[in-house]
Amino acid sequence: MTVSNDQALLSVRNLRIEFPTRRGTLVAVDDISFDIAPGEILGVVGESGAGKSLTGAAIIGLIEPPGRIAQGQIMLEGQRIDNLPYEDFRRIRGRRIGAIFQDPLTSLNPLYSVSRQLTETIQTHLPLNEREARQRALELLEEVGIPGAAERIDHYPHQFSGGMRQRVVIALALCAEPRLIIADEPTTALDVSIQAQIISLLKRLCHEHGTAVMLVTHDMGVIAEAADRVAVMYSGRIAEIGPVQEVVRAAKHPYTHGLMGSIPHIGHHVDQLTQIEGSMPRLQEIPPGCPFNPRCEQVTARCRVERPDLQAVEKSAVACHLFDARAVEAQVGE
Amino acid sequence: MNNVADNSSAPLLSVDGLVRHFDVSAPFLNRLFERLDRAYVKAVDGISFDIGRGETFSLVGESGCGKSTVARLIVGLYQPTAGSIQYEGVEIGPPEAAQDRKRIQPHMQMIFQDPYASLNPRWRVANIIAEPINVRGLLSNREEIRGRVGDLLSQVGLSPADGERYPHEFSGGQRQRISIARALAGEPEFLVCDEPTSALDVSVQAQILNLMKELQNRLGLTYLFISHDLAVVYHVSTKVGVMYLGKLVEWADTKTLFEKPRHPYTRMLLDAIPDLEMTGRARIPVAGEVPSPINPPSGCAFHPRCPHAEDRCRMEMPKAQVYDGVHVACHAVADGRIS
Repeated sequence: MTVSNDQALLSVRNLRIEFPTRRGTLVAVDDISFDIAPGEILGVVGESGAGKSLTGAAIIGLIEPPGRIAQGQIMLEGQRIDNLPYEDFRRIRGRRIGAIFQDPLTSLNPLYSVSRQLTETIQTHLPLNEREARQRALELLEEVGIPGAAERIDHYPHQFSGGMRQRVVIALALCAEPRLIIADEPTTALDVSIQAQIISLLKRLCHEHGTAVMLVTHDMGVIAEAADRVAVMYSGRIAEIGPVQEVVRAAKHPYTHGLMGSIPHIGHHVDQLTQIEGSMPRLQEIPPGCPFNPRCEQVTARCRVERPDLQAVEKSAVACHLFDARAVEAQVGE
Repeated sequence: MNNVADNSSAPLLSVDGLVRHFDVSAPFLNRLFERLDRAYVKAVDGISFDIGRGETFSLVGESGCGKSTVARLIVGLYQPTAGSIQYEGVEIGPPEAAQDRKRIQPHMQMIFQDPYASLNPRWRVANIIAEPINVRGLLSNREEIRGRVGDLLSQVGLSPADGERYPHEFSGGQRQRISIARALAGEPEFLVCDEPTSALDVSVQAQILNLMKELQNRLGLTYLFISHDLAVVYHVSTKVGVMYLGKLVEWADTKTLFEKPRHPYTRMLLDAIPDLEMTGRARIPVAGEVPSPINPPSGCAFHPRCPHAEDRCRMEMPKAQVYDGVHVACHAVADGRIS
C-alpha cells in the first residue's frame, strides 16, 4: 500500500527530538519522516532506546520536558499539531488520537471503577449525558470482548486479569472514536495466547472503524502479523520503511537483516543465531555518518563520514549507502 | 551438543511427583468470623521429569503456570511440599535431606530474569563474580581470584578490566553476561536459567543464547531453561516440558514436540505464535485465559478452554502416559479421539 502525501491521515516531517543536558544536547529522534494512511497499521520496531516510543509520545504531545521537538512538523488530517498550546492539544488527545500503553495496570486508575473511567472519558469528548455515556461504555466493553460486560462494568481494575485489563484500555482508547491510535507495546506484558487475542481484536476494530494505528513494539512477530507497513528504527533514525512482507522476507538494510536473523524460528534449526556484534550506541556516542557503521559488516569509508538518507528501493525506502545507485560502487571501487 | 551423554542410563536430575503449595489463607480472625476455609495456591502440583547430563530441558507455559516455582524448588530456594528431587541419584528434596542438599547445592547455579535486579548495584563487578568463589572457598589467594575473575569475564565476552566497574555502567545484555559469569564462578555442572533473555532485545537475546550454547559445548553444562517464548525454547533445548496450572501436560524431545504436538494445549500454544514466514496468516487465538490456581477446574485443568473436552475430562484428572517416548496427560489422546 503506497501512500501519497495528500491522503495521509498523519504525516510526520523531519521530526527531531532533543534533550538538552548539562553535557550537551542529546538527539533522541533525528530527522524522521513518515505517513500513516487512514485505516492503516504502521508498525514501528527497534531495540530499546531506538526512539520509537518517543516518536509516539511526540505525536500525542506527551514529551516530558526537558525533551522538546527541536525541528519538524506533525500534521494530523492536514492540521499542524506539534505546536499547539497545551489546552488545545488536550482536545485532540483522546478525541482524535487515542493511546494504548504497555502496562494495562498502570494506565487504569485503581481507585475508580471501569464504568467511571469510561464514562468520564466519553463525557469529556462527546456531548452525552450520564446515562447515554454509560450505555456507550457498555457497548464498548462488549465490543472489545469482555464477557458479562453488564456486570463487569462496575468492577475495579484489580478484578480483571491482564488480558481483560488490556481490553478495557483499548475500550478507553476507542471511547471517542479517534482517527489514530498510538499503541505502545500493547501486548508486551501479555502471554502469547492472550497476545494473539489482543492483536486480532485490534486488527478487527481498526478494520471496522477505519482507525489508523501506529503500533510500537520490539516484537517482530507481532508486526509481521498485524502491520501493513513497518518502520525499522535505529539510534533515533529510520533505517528502513516499507510494506511488511518486503521488510520481513527481504530485508535490505544490514541492520534489519541482522535483526531478522537474530530471531529464532520454529521449524528450521540453526546451531548459532545470526549475531549483530556490539550494541546500539548510547545517545551521547552516536558515531558520525551512518549510526550503524561500527556494527555493520559491509561498512565502507563513506559510511563513517556521510549520513545516508532514506531512498526508495523497490517498494521500500532504505537509509543505507549500499543502495545509492551501484554507480557509486564503481567510483569507490577503483 | 557433541557431549550429549549416550551412556545417560542415569539422569543427572530426576524430579518425581514434585508438589509445592502456598498458603494464601486469610488471617486467622477473618477465617473465624467470615467462615472462610484455608486457601492454597497449588503452584506445582505433582510433576515428574528427568534431565540427562549435557541436555537442555526447557519448561514452557503461560505466566502463573508454576514454571519458575519448579526452578526455585530445584535450586533449593523453596522447600517442596511433597515429592522427590534426585541429583545424581541423591535425594535432595525433603528437609531431612538438608545435609545432602548442602553437599550438592554448589553444583547448581541460577541465572535470573532481570539483570537489573539480580546484581548488587553497590558492588564492583569483580566482587560480584568473586562471591561464589569465596563462598565455596575455591581459591584463597587474591591474585588467583583476580585472575579467575578476569578469565570468567573474557569467557562471557567482556574484558577483564570491566571488573573494576559497577553494574549500572553496563547495558542489559552485558549485565546478563555478568550474571552468567557469576553463575560459572562457582564451577557448576547444572545451571537453572529462569527466563534469562526475556528482558532483552532480540539482537541481544541472540548474543546471549549463542553464548549459553557455546559455554554448554565447552564446559559440558546441563541446563534447565525456563521460558515462555516457544521459538527460543525450540532453538536451545533438547527436551521440552509444557506446563499448565502446576502440571506437566506434555513432555517430549524438542523435535517431536514441535513437529507433532499431541496435547491440545501444546497445539494451541504453537498455533498462537506469530509466524514470521507467512505474513498475513490469521492465527487461531486460544480462547479464554488461565484459570486461578487457587480454585482450578475439576478434572483436567485445561478442559474449559479445550475444544476436545467431554464429560470424562471434567471429572477425572488425566494421568501422563507414554506414546513413542512422548509423555502426555490427556484423555482425548488416551482414548484416541485425537491423534
